[in-house]
Amino acid sequence: MQNGEIEHIWKLLNSVPDPEIPVISIVELGVVREIKKTDNYINILITPTYSGCPAVKTFTDDIKECLKMNGFSNFKIKLTYDPPWTTDWMSSQTKQKLLDYGISPPSNQTVCPQCKSTNSILVSEFGATACKSLYKCKDCLEPFEHFKCI
Amino acid sequence: MSLLNYTLRIGDSSLILAQRLAEWCTNGPTLEEDIALTNISLDLFGQANGFLEYAATLDGVKTADDFAFKRNENQYYNFLITEIENGHFGDTIIRQFLFSAYLYLFFQKLATSKDEVLSALAAKSLKEIKYHLKHCSSWVIRLGDGTNESNEKIQSSINKIWEYTGELFELDQIEKDLVKKEIAVNREALKFEWDQIINTTLNQAKLMRPKDQVMKTGGSKGIHTKHLELLLKEMQFIPRKYPDAKW
Repeated sequence: MQNGEIEHIWKLLNSVPDPEIPVISIVELGVVREIKKTDNYINILITPTYSGCPAVKTFTDDIKECLKMNGFSNFKIKLTYDPPWTTDWMSSQTKQKLLDYGISPPSNQTVCPQCKSTNSILVSEFGATACKSLYKCKDCLEPFEHFKCI
Repeated sequence: MSLLNYTLRIGDSSLILAQRLAEWCTNGPTLEEDIALTNISLDLFGQANGFLEYAATLDGVKTADDFAFKRNENQYYNFLITEIENGHFGDTIIRQFLFSAYLYLFFQKLATSKDEVLSALAAKSLKEIKYHLKHCSSWVIRLGDGTNESNEKIQSSINKIWEYTGELFELDQIEKDLVKKEIAVNREALKFEWDQIINTTLNQAKLMRPKDQVMKTGGSKGIHTKHLELLLKEMQFIPRKYPDAKW
């Protein structure tokens, strides 16, 4: 029964979208690290993508809201830095979602989301969010964002 | 008590440099650089928050915000290099390059600290610092090996800022004791590798390494340049003027 409940919560949180890239969930992003039940309390461990990621507050609020709406009231959300978040935690399905959404997924090889060309040039090492950089496709000339590998 | 002091030293340097870099917001030479400098600032604010939150846990009474907003300059322990004014873009890039190279080596070692919180924060910060160092190094090379004017300007930046680098490798008794307990990093021992990083990039950038001179020091004792007071006045203005203000 308890395992079923934990599994249910993982599923619920998998429906909470990332506030900046709504096409993937906070579970797919790898921000939710652990869900455990001890002494009637559900403990949720989350980790920030980047130290200064402004979305951390939103993650926490969204998790709270999602759990409350689904009838959970006894839970605690804790922040951890260990192990540090890495883009390696994203599955290939998640990476495909990013590409379909228009973001070149984390990999040493950039892929233009428009024409799928790997022939591109770095425009800016820093993009609109801490986790992305800006490239331009040399074939179709469209600019695009690339999810940095860390 | 010494662990609290040590944690504040690390957090303060990140916090003060983050605040300095934030001054570039809307003032960057290009849109991309504006975003780059403020993204680096954001990473450093995040890192500072981690260390100050830990300091608050160690203290037991004060919060991370108390540490950030309710201390005067003589209670801040950041390195002087983090508080000096931004100057022009070349000055900011040189400061960031010299300090990122230091932080890169520092966090590598701190990641093996026997203090689990410090080691976790260091491992996290290291990933971000690597990227900052890469970004700044490429700018040092571009400006140094650019035009005569850019070379002259950035050479004078490094000559000017050099005197703030000695402090990065000085240890006092508090740190020496923590080094013995394998909690703190022996910063003296980072100098050799730091020299290598700096020399390699400066060579590539066709820049001269300044001769070591009398170095400025005092940050870890709370003795600062005149610049810190003004920076804190701006950063702390709202929480000091309206103590109950809510965001």
